[in-house]
This record gives sequence, structure tokens and C-alpha cells, in this order.
Amino acid sequence: MEKRNGLLQGTLDMLILRTLLSGAAHGHEIGKHIQRTTNDFLQMQHGSLYPALHRLEKRGWVTAKWETAPDRNREFKYYRLTPRGRKQLLVEESQWKQMAEAVARVMWPAPEES
Amino acid sequence: MRWWRRKQRDEELARELQCDLELEEEEQRERGVSAEEARFAAMRAFGNPTVIREQTRAVWTWNWLERLVRDLKYGARTLWRSPSFSIVSVLVMALGIGATTSLFTIVRAVLLRPLPFRDPGRLVMLYDHFRHDQRGDGFNTVAAGDYRDWRAQTHSFEDMAAMRGYGGIISGVQSELPEVVQSAAGTANLFPLLGVSPVLGRTFTDAEDQPEGQPVVLLTWSIFQRRFAGDPSIIGKQVHLDTKPTTVIGVLPSWFTYPDARIQFWLPYWQTFSPGDYGHADHQSTVVARLKQGVSAAAATREVSALQYQIHLANASKPVAEDVWWRPMIDDLAKNVRTPLLVLLGAVGCMLLIACLNLTNLLVARSATRRREVAVRGALGGSRIVLICEQMTESLLICLAGGALGLLLSLASTYWLAAHWRNLPRAESVHVDAWVLTFTLAIVAAAALLAGLVPAISSTGRGLLSGLRDSTRMVGASGARARLRKTMLTVEIALTVVLLISAGLLFKSFLHLRTTDLGCRIDHVITMKFGLPEIQYDTREKIVRFHEALLERLRRLPGVRGAALVSVPPGAGFSFDRVFSVLERPAPSYSLQYEAAIFTADPQYFSVMQIPLLRGRVFTEHERLSNDHYIVVSKTFVDQYLAGNDPVGKHVRVDWDTKPEVYEILGEVGDTVNDTTKPIRPTMYFPILSGIPDRTSEATIVAYTSADPLTMSMPIQRQISALEPELPVYNALTMDQILGKNSASQGFASNLVLAFAALSLLLAAVGLYGVLSYLTTQRTPDIGLRIAVGAQRSQLLRLVLVEGLRPAIVGLVFGVAASALATRLLRSMLYGTRPLDPTTFAAAASMLVAVAVLACLIPAWRASRIDPVQALRTE
Repeated sequence: MEKRNGLLQGTLDMLILRTLLSGAAHGHEIGKHIQRTTNDFLQMQHGSLYPALHRLEKRGWVTAKWETAPDRNREFKYYRLTPRGRKQLLVEESQWKQMAEAVARVMWPAPEES
Repeated sequence: MRWWRRKQRDEELARELQCDLELEEEEQRERGVSAEEARFAAMRAFGNPTVIREQTRAVWTWNWLERLVRDLKYGARTLWRSPSFSIVSVLVMALGIGATTSLFTIVRAVLLRPLPFRDPGRLVMLYDHFRHDQRGDGFNTVAAGDYRDWRAQTHSFEDMAAMRGYGGIISGVQSELPEVVQSAAGTANLFPLLGVSPVLGRTFTDAEDQPEGQPVVLLTWSIFQRRFAGDPSIIGKQVHLDTKPTTVIGVLPSWFTYPDARIQFWLPYWQTFSPGDYGHADHQSTVVARLKQGVSAAAATREVSALQYQIHLANASKPVAEDVWWRPMIDDLAKNVRTPLLVLLGAVGCMLLIACLNLTNLLVARSATRRREVAVRGALGGSRIVLICEQMTESLLICLAGGALGLLLSLASTYWLAAHWRNLPRAESVHVDAWVLTFTLAIVAAAALLAGLVPAISSTGRGLLSGLRDSTRMVGASGARARLRKTMLTVEIALTVVLLISAGLLFKSFLHLRTTDLGCRIDHVITMKFGLPEIQYDTREKIVRFHEALLERLRRLPGVRGAALVSVPPGAGFSFDRVFSVLERPAPSYSLQYEAAIFTADPQYFSVMQIPLLRGRVFTEHERLSNDHYIVVSKTFVDQYLAGNDPVGKHVRVDWDTKPEVYEILGEVGDTVNDTTKPIRPTMYFPILSGIPDRTSEATIVAYTSADPLTMSMPIQRQISALEPELPVYNALTMDQILGKNSASQGFASNLVLAFAALSLLLAAVGLYGVLSYLTTQRTPDIGLRIAVGAQRSQLLRLVLVEGLRPAIVGLVFGVAASALATRLLRSMLYGTRPLDPTTFAAAASMLVAVAVLACLIPAWRASRIDPVQALRTE
């Protein structure tokens, strides 16, 4: 994910966690999913994706396992959300909401009641 | 992450990326792209897999650590490739680090370590202080009476104890040899106050610490082991001290070597000295006090000072101090060595800096050869920090190796120093500990940083790209870097000059001490001290009879040209002082009271020692015995107190502790130097055994011999033991030895500084040579060209010489200027030498110039021998 897309630090982690909420996925799928869902607005850079995945794994928010893909006859490294990862997703989600609301209040202030 | 799992993790990562890459490729193909294009498209979408791997790996590993290990390996490889450079640099650093570590070890033990006593922070030493004291440091040992009153009448101290030195004789019992040993007397509360308990037995009781108390003695560990073979049954037994049967009551622990390691046993303070010592004028004791919790030393001293002023007023006619001074016990112990130690620490610090500068210079030279590589990597986008770190590892490696070797060197040298440095207090506590190791690590790190950063920054700096251009043409190294090297060389030379000059000054004053004019005969004189046991020699007649018999025997001895007795030989470094008045010339006020050193001598002393008689006469044999109150005074005495007028027939009143006595001056003799480190003192000579209230049972034989004086030592001792078999003789020293002994501690320090200066001169020479030969090598094509077009070799020689000597001369100028400031700190260590001694400055400067010329001449000569064809071919 490129910085020039204005993606805030840690946001990629949140997006990955959210993607994994609907089930296990391998790196390629995750990247594609985010790209597709944002209508290609977020171009997935693998140089950010893999470090992010490994970082999440190291923190224990996801686990990884080599599994055969159902549609291909090959093994991929599948990432799966852990209970801690689920909790983390909630935390990040609420933080993101607060932040978005805060930014919104500054950008589009409500008309003053006078 | 564990190291052994890293490889597995890495392979897994590669596999993951490969899988995803293949998937991407497949997907592209499925979209209908041709197989080949699909692969490229996949790669494009993916980016550089190696970079991804590296970035991902960073998540898992301590990346910097890995890089450090890699850099260290690289550094080690480059060092391995040029062994001579590496060995020289490691040795240079080892010397610098080793010397600094060893000095730090000593400084830590002597100046910084807490004393081994209970709660040492509250221990202070108290001293009598005379407000008008112009000599000495103002810290006068305390009169026993002062101590007694302080202890009884002040409230700021938890307790206060007194001690004083005592030279005792352990008599030979049952065929054992008698032995003169240094001992001390301490009050009963001394050991509890310090928090010292004996390992065997007990310390003194208050009942024993009385004039009429039971004679008891405490042994120190060293005599307990040495003379009593560590036999614990010695407790309760009797030994003969000064022929007096004395009960051994305890043994002190082995670490207890206070106030110095020579003390062999302790006696009760009030029991040891006569009631005459109890006054306020006999300043002979050292007082240690423990401050009450929460009371500051300053406040406590105010209280005791006020009391002392009252004592002074009550005894206005006697030399009673008006004031009390104090200092912490730890400073007290270190007072004599603080300055020499700090000077030495400064010297080794200088040397370490020189070693660092040398390494820096060598590394800068080497970084030049790697300039192209660095430039290429820099151009390809290598981060500057990474490049700097990589270069630093080389200096780090050298410093680590140097530090390890230096630590070994310092281990050896520290113990050698502690063992050979006479007068070093607390020498027993000198050892390498965690603090010292930490210190060594810290200086290794600092040295690595200092030596590594400059070349690293300079080689990755602004002119990075010019390195690419440069590297094709060797002519003229980049100007900025040559300047840098020259600047460092200048600093190095300046530091060396400072060291050389300091060392020169110390050495010169040491020579002065050895050759000083004592005002008397020095050659062929042997001195020997003895003290008659007061129990057997309790009357003046007995002592006189012994002295008479002894002198008669000695004068008849073949090889002895003259023999006499004196209380203290010249140059021995100590004397007893007395306050007095001249009846014909009263002092204007008490503050200007007259004070003179007191010597007792027999009439022949002056002729045997060739001390000139300037006016009047000396006393006769008869006057020596008759106690007719005649004295002889010295020239300084006459100049100072009689304005140079004829002293003969004038009268002097001396206030002894018991009663004042008046003496008539018979004559004036030349000055002798008593302490070579201090100005000449006005002196009064009393006839030995004229009955002055002095401990006259001690005397020193001075014998003028025809042969080597040391060979006369045994014959003289045999004469003594023929008269008194139990009488031990000590300090059998020639005058030369007395002088040497006096200057031993000073000589030791100056020898060390000299050694450091020689090492730094060597280091500076290495540095100068290294830089010059490097610069000359770089100019090889240039020189070749000059030769090819017909330049004279002598011209070239001059060119290279001038270029090389310029930083040396600039450094010399700075060095001399810095020395002028630095040598002021040496003032207290100098004797008979001014801090700005021109000959020393000149000698140091010329020595440095000589080394510089030599270091320039070799590369210059080599340059002038260059074969022009060869030189141009390197173009």
C-alpha cells in the first residue's frame, strides 16, 4: 500500500484484520480483496503487505498455516484471525471511527446554534 | 526469533512469495495474457521480491544486529588483509587504553573508593590551625590537650579519637632478634569509632588507656603472621616492647592498614606518652571524629573552632592554635598523591588521545583507498548512515582488540605500580573490578567513536561523487581531506609537546632533588639511627656514658675519619619545631612569633659534616655535658630573626612545655637543608644531651668514612652491639640514599610521566611518518612528472620536507602555548624548577623537531628516488 494514497499508519493492519473476519485467506487473496473492494483506489503494494502480515502474525493477531487451496491443487500460506486479533479489530475500528468523526467535525463543522 | 529458526522462516517466506507470485501469473494468464507477458506483468505487480523479503524479514529480526555482525565480519576481513596496519593500530590502542585503565584503577582505589570503615562519609579529620601559618598547608597535627578538651566539651560529634605515631622496639626474647618497628598509639575508642573489630581477642579498654594502665598491645595482621606465625595462642601472652613486658590482647584484621601498611602494632594512647605531652603546645596527634547524624562538618567545626579559640586565649604565651580545620578522612589519606595522580591521569589521557588521533589518521588514509567503493555504493543509493556504520566497525574492531590487550597490560602494570609506588596510600585496595572494566569499555567505545567517526564522515561526505572522478586519477588527494589529516596531525603534535615538556620539568626537578646542595658533606657519610630503651637508660648520666663510649669506639674504628651524633641528619625531611623569643630583640606581636627547627648535636657534628662555622664558636665537649644553656644557630636564623647582626652573646628563650629556659648563642653555622622540597628553615642546635626536655634517647650516628660508606655499616653496628647487645639499629643509610629516599616518590611519578612522554613521542613519530609517507605516495606521479621535466632531486626533497614539517611546526607552536598553561598545574610537584623553564621547553621542542625531521626525511628521500618512468606509468 503506497503512502501516497494517504493511508494512515496502522490502517493497513486494520484492513487486513477486517478482510480476515470473513474467513482465512492467503496473502494474494487479501491484497486482491482490498484492491477490489476499494474499486482499485488502494493499490496493493506487496512490499507493505507481506511485512504487515508478518507483523500481525508476530503480535499474535493472526495465525498462519500452509493449506491446499480449494480451487487450485497447490498449497498456500493461509492467514486466520485469532481471538486476540478479533479484539484488536474492534479496538482499531472504534479508534478509526473516533478519528473519522473528529476529522469530520473539523472539516465540516455543524452550523452554530446562536 | 532464534537464529536457527531464521533460515527456516526465510525459506518459508520465499516459498510464500513464490506461491503468490505464481498465482498472480496464473491469474494474468487466465485473463488471456500470453504466458511470457503474464510473468512480467506479475513481477511488475509484485515488485522486487528480494526487497519484499528484506522488508518482511525486518519484522522478524533484529536487523541492525544482523547488519552489525555482517559489518564486523567485513571489517575483520579487511583488517586481516593488511596485518601490519592492524597490528600497529591494535598495539597503539592497547598502549593508550592499557595505560589509562591502569591509572584509573589506581585513582579509583586511592581517591574514589569509599573507605573500608563503618559509614565513612561521616568520618572527618580535625587539625589545629594557626591563623598566621605561612608555611605548610595549615593542617597541623593536634596537641593532646586540645584533643582532650574537644572531646569533653563539644556536642557535634558522635565521638572523637586520637592517634600518633610511635617507633617501638620489640626485644628479642629467647634468641630472637630485636626489631625496630613502626607502631602507633590510639585511644581506646578509636577502633569502635572506625567500626573495626579485631579478628582475635579485643581492643583496648578505657582502664588500659590510662597513664597507669596495664601495658597491652594490639598486633596488626602483618606482624601477627610474620613474627608470630599466625599462632592464635599469642593472645594473652607477653612480648617485650621497649623491654617492657606487654600483654597481647588482640589481632587486627588483615585489611586494616590504616594509616599506613607499615604500622605493626597499636598501643593505648594515654598510656604511651608522658604527662608532659598532654599540653596544648605539643602538636603530635592526629584526630579522627565521627559527625553526629545530620550535623554538617562545617557546623561541627564551627563549634570546635570556637572552643579552640578559648583555649588559645587561655594559653596566649604558648604556641596554641587559634582555629581548627577539617577535611574528610578520604581526602586526608589521598592528600600527598592527589596531584601526582591527577597529573598522571592527564598524561595518560593525552596519550590515549594521541593514540586515537593516530588511529584516525591511519583510518583516513585507508578510507582513501576504499573511496571508490564507497562512492559507487553511495551513488547507487546506499544510505549514508549505513556506510558510516560500516566504516566505524573497523575502528571498533581495532579498539576492541586494543582494549582487550590493553586490559591485560593494565592488569600487569597496575599491580606493578601499586607495589612499587612508595607512599601510595591504600595500595592494598588497588584491584581491577567491575567499575574498572566498565571504564575500559567506555573508553574503548569513546576511542572507537573518536577514531572511526572522522574518517567515516569524511569519506562519505559532500565530496562523495568527486570520489568517482578522483579514483581514476591518483594525483592530489582531495584537498579537504589532506587538510583534515594535517589538522589532526597538528593536534597530535601539540599534545605530544605538552607531554614532553611536563615530563621534562618533572624529570629536571627530580635531578635537582638528587643533586641538591644540602649545605654539608654528602659523600662518604653513613648515618644510622638508634633509640636507647628508656627503661634501662632512665638517667642522663647513663645515656651520656653510652654516647661517650660509642663515639670513642667509632672514632677508633679503622676506615672512620670522623663520627658524631645528631638528632636528625640533614635531608631526612623532618624536624621538631619550637616557638621561642630573642631577649635582645622581642617579636613585635604574637602573630609574628619566632619559630625554628630544633636539632641536638654533639660538637664534632659540624666538623664531621663540614658545616662551616661563620661566627663565634661551637660548644665544647664539656659544654655538651654541663647543661650550661649554650646554643649554636644557623645562618637563616640570624638573617631572619637578628637581621643579620652578630648573634654571638644574644639570648634565646624557649618555652618548653614544662618551663621556659634561656640559652646563650655561641656561634653561627652555615645552613643545611632539612627537607629538600621545602625552603631552608631557621635552625637552633642544642648540645646533644644538654638536658633539653626532648626525647633525647634517640640519636643518629653520622660517620665520615674513607671507604665506601655502606661497607662501614656492619663494623659500626658491631661496635654498637658490643656496647649494648639488645639495641637495634635502624635506617642505616648513606647521605646519597637519604636524598634518594626523599625524592623517591617524586622520582617515581616523574619517571612515569617521562615514560608516557616517550611513548607519545613514539606515537607522534609513527603518526607523522604514516601521514607523510602516505601523502608522498599520493604525489608519486606528480613527483615523477617533475623529475621527468628535469627538477632537481634536492628541490623535491625540500618540497616534501617543507610540506611535512609545516604541521609539525604549527603543532609545536600550539603545544608550547598549551604547555605554558598546563605546567602551572605541575607547580606543586616541581622542585628547583620553574614551570616555564626555558631549557626544558627548548629541549622538548628540539626533540620533537628532530623526530619530525626524521619522519619526514624517509618518505622525502624515497620520493626523490622515484623513477620518473615508473611514476608516470601509474598515471
